[in-house]
Amino acid sequence: CSYTLTLACRCAPQLFYSFFKSLVGKDVVVELKNDLRLVFYGLASTAYLNIKLTDISVTDPEKYPHMLSVKNCFIRGSVVRYVQLPADEVDTQLLQDAARKEAMQQKQ
Amino acid sequence: MNYVPGTASLIDDIDKKHLVLLRDGRTLIGYLRSIDQFANLVFHQTVERIHVGKKFGDIPRGIFIVRGENVVLLGEIDVDKPCDTVLQQVSIEEILEEQRQQQQTKQETEKVKMQVLKDRGLSIPKADNMDEY
Repeated sequence: CSYTLTLACRCAPQLFYSFFKSLVGKDVVVELKNDLRLVFYGLASTAYLNIKLTDISVTDPEKYPHMLSVKNCFIRGSVVRYVQLPADEVDTQLLQDAARKEAMQQKQ
Repeated sequence: MNYVPGTASLIDDIDKKHLVLLRDGRTLIGYLRSIDQFANLVFHQTVERIHVGKKFGDIPRGIFIVRGENVVLLGEIDVDKPCDTVLQQVSIEEILEEQRQQQQTKQETEKVKMQVLKDRGLSIPKADNMDEY
């Protein structure tokens, strides 16, 4: 299941763009490659999988004092390590089928 | 790009005070004047803010053009929100000295760590060398 998803992501970034669009307004945790972790509400994304967050809070504020006065932020897609999603917001079956379909299309 | 609901755009952030985190760990604060599709940014009245512990120092830098690939995060600074309550501003010389000491201790612990790993035949690649998607 996870292999199909990774394959689909590399071949068809459009799939994840649409997937992220379905998460607009939900709470997610974004973990960045530089180890900074953010909890936030209100997700929006572009074709490059950049992420815009409103109403953010940092999970470790002492380590990142400069985030104290920042409420909204824009994150470049290339620095995201993970986006942790609420389990009940994601239809895994639908996602799996969509990913499989994309992977099949790319193969042909 | 910004007329489709659900997409992220920086157009609305122009002319507002922003904080940008760079891949090398630097923090720049300034007024965002210009953007493009790669997240290249033009900053006006830029200040480089160095944080060490609870202290910070500002170095005025003027106009900055930041190449998009070096941007980690861009955050709008809320001027109404009181941010300096826990942080103490110090002079440039002091913060540079503090930073130098912090780098030194960090390098020493890193060196010890690398040596221990090397003795066990392990090596951890640095995250920043990985290719971008």
